[in-house]
Amino acid sequence: MSTIAISVPVPDSLDRRIPLGVVRDTLEITRRNLIAYRRVPQLLVFSTIQPVIFVLMFRYVFGGAITVPGDVPYVDYLMPGIFVQTVVFGAIATAIGLATDLKSGLMERFHALPMARSAVLTGRTTADLSRNVFVVILMMVVGFLVGWRLQTNFWGLLGAALLVLLFGFAMSWIFASVGLAVGDPESAQAAAFPVLAPLVFASSAFVPVSSMPGWLQAFANHQPVSATASAVRALTLGGPVASEVWQAIAWSAGILLVFAPLAVWLYRRKV
Amino acid sequence: MRENAIVVEDLRKHFNEVTALDGVDFEVERGTVFGLLGPNGAGKTTAVRVLATVLRPDGGRAEVLGRDVVREAHAVRRRIGLAGQNAAVDPNLTGRENLRMVGMLGQMQRTDVMPRADELLSRFDLSDAADRPLRTYSGGMRRRLDVAASLMPRPPVLFLDEPTTGLDLPSREELWDMIRELVSDGTTVLLTTQYLEEADRLANRIAVVDDGKVIANDTPGRLKAQMGGIVVEMALPGDGRADRAMALLADRLPGRVEREGDTIRVTSERGGRVLFDILRALDRDDLEPDSLTVREPSLDDVFLALTGHHVAPDAMGPQVFAAAESKGVGR
Repeated sequence: MSTIAISVPVPDSLDRRIPLGVVRDTLEITRRNLIAYRRVPQLLVFSTIQPVIFVLMFRYVFGGAITVPGDVPYVDYLMPGIFVQTVVFGAIATAIGLATDLKSGLMERFHALPMARSAVLTGRTTADLSRNVFVVILMMVVGFLVGWRLQTNFWGLLGAALLVLLFGFAMSWIFASVGLAVGDPESAQAAAFPVLAPLVFASSAFVPVSSMPGWLQAFANHQPVSATASAVRALTLGGPVASEVWQAIAWSAGILLVFAPLAVWLYRRKV
Repeated sequence: MRENAIVVEDLRKHFNEVTALDGVDFEVERGTVFGLLGPNGAGKTTAVRVLATVLRPDGGRAEVLGRDVVREAHAVRRRIGLAGQNAAVDPNLTGRENLRMVGMLGQMQRTDVMPRADELLSRFDLSDAADRPLRTYSGGMRRRLDVAASLMPRPPVLFLDEPTTGLDLPSREELWDMIRELVSDGTTVLLTTQYLEEADRLANRIAVVDDGKVIANDTPGRLKAQMGGIVVEMALPGDGRADRAMALLADRLPGRVEREGDTIRVTSERGGRVLFDILRALDRDDLEPDSLTVREPSLDDVFLALTGHHVAPDAMGPQVFAAAESKGVGR
């Protein structure tokens, strides 16, 4: 008997899908994407160097010219905005990663395997969530080094981190949809920026909304980046928390409810 | 009696206006190698992609081990391996990690995955490179890993889409040996190729595909037997020499005489006789061919006879193609 392959007849019972197959497949694809982050460090650079530059720029260049309401040092106002901005920009990686996957021959192999097809999507967003855990912790350290101080307690910090991660996960699904809609990595990068620029810059992430013209305030006050940044501020600076946090959670949940099915639909249409 | 592993009936697939499969039928007996032979764009890859459940057909039907590729796609996927034309591997993962991933996604028993990966790595001579990212592999190594990956879950039916394109001759021979070994273990293999030699040496049966249709389906031996005993080919470039030779030989030999540019090809059942006749006729007119070959008919001759054109000259590589073009092949 040769060693290379003994064709084992497949029992018919195996034709049924394994109940936890989706989870197993998602973890496998997640693992694959995380290995790529480790092997190709350039992938991580975009999501770490860029926010660090933003911190330095806003802390030391623009910060002096920006006044924030209340008796809050600008760096304490800034860092919650930076955390949120970091995960939004980081979500571009989801769009690029998925668009790259779609173009690679690997997709063909996946489609011929008895795996859960949605694992390609969920494995990508889960990997990007794991990456965000690392990036958010890193940004907290950077913030601490430039003078950011927590005014509440550990639970406030943990809650803030979880809220940012939830928002990052929700953003991943928006950009998953963008990546699937445009279909190639270069266009994904180009298409992502116009989506995220108004969200990030016309928000309370870096400057108080009250400094903006009235028509822009209307938008800036009612969008997810501002809502999440405000909730993170409440959790790290102190003050009334409940309503801010619920609003932020509602935004993330709403985004997930719309964009996760949309991404799945776009994906099904592609294959 | 042996049963069929693959049944394809009136399979059709269009891409916008392009018809890739125009009513394809064939059957593949269990435990045999079936070759789909044809030029680029003939529809071979489309057929494989439909059978591997990657593409949905527009019409007709196909079964793998009794399971319908559309309605029972999941069941089909549990029974097949696919090695595609473009090495479908993750360049950032190591060889071992790639195999692991395919094994896990192929729903293998967790404990079975790593031993199977080690076994295949050593069988495909990749043990030393097992822990290097695929980016560092040569083209041949990638191709071998791709085939190894398709074998991870021990599929009873294996699809190989141009498995040896781009491989050097030793690697090609090695892969052929592996395919034979798989088949002796009971695996059914469907392979597509543009290489006549490959189909000839591996396949128990060959379907010649052109323009989305099967134009012949037989054993390599019988396909070649249609062509008669021997082929004599001579090159007479320049000065209308080929015209003169054609005038001397046409309709005067016990065989078929064809001309392609400066090359004249004679196919005949009566090898010795026809060779004497040719040489005598040319000598009388003082025509000396630049080259003269006597050989057995190849599948290319079969293909030429069936379709009026060669099997993808570009598949032979740029140099051969240039040479072929200067000889006027394919006109």
